Amino acid sequence: MTAAVLGQDTRAVGRGRPGVRSTLTPGAGLGLGIAMVWFSLLVMIPLAAIVATAGDEGWHGYVDTLTNPQTWAAIKLTVGQSLLVTGVNVVMGTMIAWVLVRDRFWGKRLLDLVIDIPFAMPTIVAGLVLLGLYGPGSPLGINVSNTRTSVTLALAFVTLPFIVRTVQPVLAELEGDVEEAAASLGARRLTILRRIVLPAIVPAIAAGAALSFARAISEYGSLVLLSGSLPFKTEAVSVRVLSFIEGGDRTSAASLATIMLGVALAVIVALDVLQRRVARRG
Amino acid sequence: MVELSTPVKWIVRLLALAYVFFLVGWPMITLAQRTFADGWSSFTVAFSDPDVTHALLVTVEISAWAVVINTLFGVGMALLLVRYEFPGKRVLSAFIDLPMSMSPVVIGLALMLVYSGRYGWFGPTLEAHGLVVIFNSPGMIMATCFVALPLVVREVVPVLEEIGDDQEQAARSLGANAVQVLRRITLPAIKWAVVYGVVLSLARSLGEFGALKIVSGNLTGQTQTAPLVVEQKYNNFAQGEAYALSFVLVLISVLCILVVSLLRPQEPRP
Repeated sequence: MTAAVLGQDTRAVGRGRPGVRSTLTPGAGLGLGIAMVWFSLLVMIPLAAIVATAGDEGWHGYVDTLTNPQTWAAIKLTVGQSLLVTGVNVVMGTMIAWVLVRDRFWGKRLLDLVIDIPFAMPTIVAGLVLLGLYGPGSPLGINVSNTRTSVTLALAFVTLPFIVRTVQPVLAELEGDVEEAAASLGARRLTILRRIVLPAIVPAIAAGAALSFARAISEYGSLVLLSGSLPFKTEAVSVRVLSFIEGGDRTSAASLATIMLGVALAVIVALDVLQRRVARRG
Repeated sequence: MVELSTPVKWIVRLLALAYVFFLVGWPMITLAQRTFADGWSSFTVAFSDPDVTHALLVTVEISAWAVVINTLFGVGMALLLVRYEFPGKRVLSAFIDLPMSMSPVVIGLALMLVYSGRYGWFGPTLEAHGLVVIFNSPGMIMATCFVALPLVVREVVPVLEEIGDDQEQAARSLGANAVQVLRRITLPAIKWAVVYGVVLSLARSLGEFGALKIVSGNLTGQTQTAPLVVEQKYNNFAQGEAYALSFVLVLISVLCILVVSLLRPQEPRP
């Protein structure tokens, strides 16, 4: 149900289409003006402030922040764990999407519902919920709190819906006749999956992976209670930015934030490209 | 349509179910068990604490404002993006999606750098005129708006594209003015998309943590919101209260998902 949210629908509007008026009416122009004032005050000026503040101490301050060993450790941890979790999501998310679309069993709607819970749940509560099963006093006897595994776990939790929800609608819209034609021509199941189904869903998997990577790399709330944020060990980039802010070191905070902003922008651009590829296929 | 062989089908099904059960299902059950370990007593303790009830009120108030603002902005922006052409439209559309992949901490920092009363670009001037943004409701509403910005737009845009503008043009040719077209034709058509967007925005707004931790100042009994209280209670060894409050927050988010799932028509399955 978050399909439309996690899909890439808004990006399709950039294409000029017949039937779209090419000029703004005075009323629409006024509306756009008001919306843009709010959007600038809320988003554009604050983002500009980050970039400007990061440049306060020039290139030198920038390099100093990033080469600080503790910050570098946080970057390595966050990027590594995000890549790992995105890899897990590519496999598990595709599998879950397949099960939701092609399989039939009792309780499927419940599974469909549970997938969205990490998306709607407050992130701090996500950490607390995971701590219940994988923290001290775990009924499983597993305690991963304050370890790297806890970071993996938290990131896997919050990114669960992304690939499922981007692949699911594409898989559902896939016509069965191409697969049947291939089967009637003697293709084996694995060949059909590899040559027909997989190529059709790869752009959706890539889009979901990009969203899931972006979310993982920027995660904060679910890590707070679970990972302990130990320097050099379980401290994520977001936590590092926050400790810079709390320590009054705005330039360093902004430098690190600029990089995260760059990653977020890169993901949005990548999604835009993927969206057009999906649209061409459809 | 390709069918997996029976053993493979079972393996895939069980793997998917086990992954979701161990990652989401069982942890949620554990939360419920811990919350009700001593019956209702942790609820009684938590909800007789004025800090907790005040935080819940603050959360509801901030979220309500943010949802109203985001709904107005979202519907208006969706209409502009789908029905009109203007320069920079594509860049604007991309920037509206940006909060989806931005860290809440970076969002908090961005707002601080502009609106902080001590060092912000506009903050000192605004405070000289009596408008305190940071560590106060306006900043918290802005942070929440920023975080949930794309949700309504993304729900409404595909629906607007799908219905096209034939009916709107017909109404216009019959003499309806812009307001009548909007009220009689467009809004009824996008009604459910707006409702989904509102429910999702509400869930996201109620649960916001990172950005609010920075811009609210986390002042107990004043600007502290419910998710911030969860952290504080847990770290102060009042775990029963943290669990009770979390349980309420989870209940609200599950309720939001249920509402969306029941309202949204089931997609036809192949």
